[in-house]
Amino acid sequence: MTAPTATAPGREQPEDPEHGDPVEAGARTSAVDDDSFDRDVLPSPPGATGALLRSLLAPRKARVALTILLLLLQQAAVQAGPLLVAYAIDHAVPALRDDDHGPLIAVGAGYLLCSLTAGGLQYAFIAAAARVNQDVLLDLRGRIFRHAQALSVDFHERYTSGRLISRSTTDVESLRELLDEGLQELVTVVLSFVYIAALLLWLDLGLGAVAVASFVPLYGLVRLYQRRAGRVYRQRSTAIASVIVKFVETMNGIRPVRAFRREAVNDADFAVLNRHHERTNGDALLEMARYVVGSRLVANTAVAGIVLWGAYRVADGTLALGVLAAAVLYLRRLYDPIDRLGMFLNSYQSAAASLEKIAGLLAQTPSVPEPAAPKELPPLESEHPGREVVFDSVSFGYRTGGEVLPRFELTLPAGQTVAVVGSTGAGKSTLAKLLARFYDPSDGRVLLDGTDLRDLAVPELRRGVVMVTQEAFLFSGTVADNIAIGRPEATREEIERAAKAIGAHDFIAALPDGYDTDVRKRGGRISAGQRQLVAFARALLADPAVLILDEATSSLDIPGERAVQRAMTTVLKGRTAVVIAHRLSTVEIADRVLVMEHGRIVEDGAPDELIAGTGRFADLHRAWRDSLA
Amino acid sequence: MPTKPAPATDLAPDPAPDAAERRSTVRALLRLWPYVRPVRARLGTAAVTAILASCVGLVIPLVLKWMVDGPVADGDPSGVWLGALYLLLLGVAEALLFGLRRWLVARPLAGVEAGMRADLYRHLQRLPVAFHDRWASGQLLSRGTTDLMLLRMFLAFPLTFLLVNGVTILIGVGIMLVQDWTLGLVILGPAIPVMITCGIFEKKYSAVARRAQDQVGDLTTVVEESVLGVRIIKGFGRHRSQARAFHELSHTLRGTELRKARLLAAIWAVIVTLPEVAIGAALVVGAVQVADGALSAGTLVAFLSTALALRWPVESIGFLLAMSQEAATATDRYFEVMDAEVESAGGAGDPASVLGGGERGPALRGASRAVQARGEARLPAAGGLRFEHVRFRYPDAHPDSTPLLTDVDLHIRPGESMALVGATGSGKTTLTALVPRLHEVTEGRITLDGADITTLSREELRAMVAVAFEEPTLFSATVGENVLMGAGAGAGDEELDRALAVAQADFAHALPQGTGTQVGEQGLSLSGGQRQRLALARAVVGRPRFLVLDDPLSALDVHTEAAVEAALRQVLADTTALIVAHRPSTVLLADRVALLSGGRITAVGTHHELLRTSPEYAHLMSGLDGHETDEGPQEGNGR
Repeated sequence: MTAPTATAPGREQPEDPEHGDPVEAGARTSAVDDDSFDRDVLPSPPGATGALLRSLLAPRKARVALTILLLLLQQAAVQAGPLLVAYAIDHAVPALRDDDHGPLIAVGAGYLLCSLTAGGLQYAFIAAAARVNQDVLLDLRGRIFRHAQALSVDFHERYTSGRLISRSTTDVESLRELLDEGLQELVTVVLSFVYIAALLLWLDLGLGAVAVASFVPLYGLVRLYQRRAGRVYRQRSTAIASVIVKFVETMNGIRPVRAFRREAVNDADFAVLNRHHERTNGDALLEMARYVVGSRLVANTAVAGIVLWGAYRVADGTLALGVLAAAVLYLRRLYDPIDRLGMFLNSYQSAAASLEKIAGLLAQTPSVPEPAAPKELPPLESEHPGREVVFDSVSFGYRTGGEVLPRFELTLPAGQTVAVVGSTGAGKSTLAKLLARFYDPSDGRVLLDGTDLRDLAVPELRRGVVMVTQEAFLFSGTVADNIAIGRPEATREEIERAAKAIGAHDFIAALPDGYDTDVRKRGGRISAGQRQLVAFARALLADPAVLILDEATSSLDIPGERAVQRAMTTVLKGRTAVVIAHRLSTVEIADRVLVMEHGRIVEDGAPDELIAGTGRFADLHRAWRDSLA
Repeated sequence: MPTKPAPATDLAPDPAPDAAERRSTVRALLRLWPYVRPVRARLGTAAVTAILASCVGLVIPLVLKWMVDGPVADGDPSGVWLGALYLLLLGVAEALLFGLRRWLVARPLAGVEAGMRADLYRHLQRLPVAFHDRWASGQLLSRGTTDLMLLRMFLAFPLTFLLVNGVTILIGVGIMLVQDWTLGLVILGPAIPVMITCGIFEKKYSAVARRAQDQVGDLTTVVEESVLGVRIIKGFGRHRSQARAFHELSHTLRGTELRKARLLAAIWAVIVTLPEVAIGAALVVGAVQVADGALSAGTLVAFLSTALALRWPVESIGFLLAMSQEAATATDRYFEVMDAEVESAGGAGDPASVLGGGERGPALRGASRAVQARGEARLPAAGGLRFEHVRFRYPDAHPDSTPLLTDVDLHIRPGESMALVGATGSGKTTLTALVPRLHEVTEGRITLDGADITTLSREELRAMVAVAFEEPTLFSATVGENVLMGAGAGAGDEELDRALAVAQADFAHALPQGTGTQVGEQGLSLSGGQRQRLALARAVVGRPRFLVLDDPLSALDVHTEAAVEAALRQVLADTTALIVAHRPSTVLLADRVALLSGGRITAVGTHHELLRTSPEYAHLMSGLDGHETDEGPQEGNGR
């Protein structure tokens, strides 16, 4: 699709003061995959989430400590205000009546100092916290990225790209939201609870005790809300996930939708999903309303109770008026953030779920690890750039069980072009992937000029073996950039030469900006066949000793296919080549044909021999000849 | 509809350009009115409720004052009970009113969100394919999810609370001024600086926030590509360069995020400091007055308590405005898509709208032509599928560029099947997309049995023409449902089995739940060849009069291909078909072949005729031509 860069769907959480709708973030971030939750969380050792969090914070211990210290001091400065009010009413006013200005000046100076300190520390705290948060996120993003790249192709095939992408986007995002908006507020709230409770207790043990006692029902309410809301939010995530799946599927398949007149049917299907989401969405909002009513009732009742008792005692003369005033001011501050508390806990829960998924991903060990002590390939023996490939008693089965390739021996001499044919599922691609070291064999070794592939570092391996697959993915950037992936240091001349050799030059030159056409921008419509030509140009540029083509010509027309064959006999002459193709036209240039069936090589010989024989290949070839008519 | 409350704009006079921006924010948000209209009563009631709740909050300090100055000062413990009772009642009222407000808006706003989403979906399904070519589905999705969520939050909070807080501030300030105007002015002092700071901050912050968002988008692109292209990255050992790009982008993002945080920190510092200083000043001034006896202790307590109660309304205005701004952006993004014109249903007497009022489709053009076309007799000679001087350029291509199809003239007789052959990128797929009007011809016309396709309703047209696309897409549904999509309502197992047999897709019966097996995104994943055969079955299941197949056999192996061909020949015997072909085997399915070259049909004939007469065709079918020898050696050594 030639469209502008897609941004992550699921940002733009506004600053959300007091009455914000808390859990959008959580719901949204987990929306995409909550439906397949069970499949999403990879098994990880117990405590992996905690360990991950610790390992992220450990390098920043000093900074975390500083941030916490700043917050402690800031809260101390903020909470000093009402104390000064009490002092002013109980001491400064009587002193003033005695013409003693000292206490009042002290109050004024103290208040000014506290305000400025609170403001300054607030700045320092937010800045310091942001630094910690951003460093943690940077670290985490990098880890996920590197790890995903290190994991083998077979992992990628099972885990699917969608999930992997949402790990590094929406899941990181929900952690970011927690760190940015939730966590520091949550810490602030908890800290101010502690401070205020302590101050109230210090001001007056009785009043303080009542305030602390009111925490009990509040705590119960928060827990109740968390439980009930948790359930509703999970339902809502599932509901929005279904909406999203339907939405994306329709938009990605818009051509068949239109051609087969699915619009009305889709509208009806979508309406059902959308209504379900509407209902759960309403439920979630009502749950929040219930929580707000409950917590406000408890808070306001507590205030009324404390004021009653306090005023009673002031009237009695057993309590100073200033203390009562300070207590009332503190109570307001105490109960103000309880609305928000529920929502922080929710965003915490969703972030914890995301972190668990990320930890599961990071706990996967790459099944195709980099060598600890890399070896180099021996210098080329002949004038041929090709190298000898040996499958030394190799067998392969997926970790989940099921043998794909039973034990076999195979030697491909340097410079030989080998065609591998057979029906779908015969094991041709697996053979190719073993040779490309996308997989490692379950047993045995794959040797390149006598060196085990597992002993080669990535750059050395890729000078040796390059694989071109059916899916010709183009990266954003220009056509030239895409070809240069084969060899980043290549000059424009070399890039063009590779394109010409494969017959891609004409169509590239005809693009709006030639080689500099951005493949993701307007006018960059590049057909499937053209993408495969670009992929070939890439491989030509890489100039490997062993080239593997896995169904790499399926979208090419015959001239395109011919150009590839021509390139193989000219530019790539002398390379060892393994070609997998449905079309037997490839066989014409092959020195040798392997016929595979059920994971075994059932025929092996020169094309002419096999065609002349009576085996499977002879049948296949006859059918193909007939089809050419 | 309440827009901005007076205090927000009156107390914080913004520079002129900003005011203009505000107006456009309001204008953007006004477009929501049609969706809000049905729930306006609830929203209005909720706003009144919220104002009441805020006022109740403001009365509480007055009760405190009454208690301190009355029973407490008089040492009358029993009098305290009454005050406490008032406090309790007010507290209960406040809690219930806040709850009531949320209860009032919860379901209606969820309904508004759902309604807008349903409209968006309906609209998108009917936008031209060219529109979808330009827009990534992720972009559309974020409009259907995040943006609508923002709008709902806007309706729930900023819309109400800009009004509520405005009123609260006015009343609160009034109360304070009435109690003691000097103290009131002292408290009010920082209000204007705070609001101005919030205004400046809002603009800076939204700029940085947008930049951060773009950078997240870029980062996401790198992540997506490195996952989607992982075989290429691994195949060429390019982890390093990919990781470097990621590293750079994520560091840039970190920088932007830190800048954002510093802005946020600055604004919070201002918001925390200034009101505190004012309260401190009021405390000092108040204490002097209490000492002088000019002010009662109760008034001072009430006063400070009120000032505290007004802090949130003042502080929040900046955020509420920022949220409104975001909501306005979301509205623009939403209507950006909703304003795109949908395809008309097409055809004569077409009721222009699929969508009702919001739709201004260009259907009239089609209708007037329809009258003309219907007037012309459907001559038997004009039967079949006919392209007449068809010219086509993609709508997003440069208007001066050469059209992809310059002048296509082609007649496929009724019952005839025609193969379409052309070099890579010659426009074969594009030409096939014109028949079911997935794209509109730029000039010229296409007729089906003599009727201009623009005179047929799209519904009618697409019922007549079945298509199998190059990229076989299956939907999240069962195999049976996916195939039967191509048939009319009455089709059942019999048609399904026949279609599966034609497409050699009998493997479907062997799937875990047979033809009831779920496939697509959330179901069983099938191989490319299997999907292609199901897509083919979908195209033939409805026994369409016209069939368009885009390279329908590319992913099949030789044996399967031969079997499909044999079965397809029977289907094609009495169907008018256009088949894009890359290979002789596919070409031979058709009665004749047309060669598409340079935007025109340059040759039509049988496969063997064209092999003889057209060098270009011979080249495309055999890959051999006169130039072959002088291309290879020149390129010589690749490095």
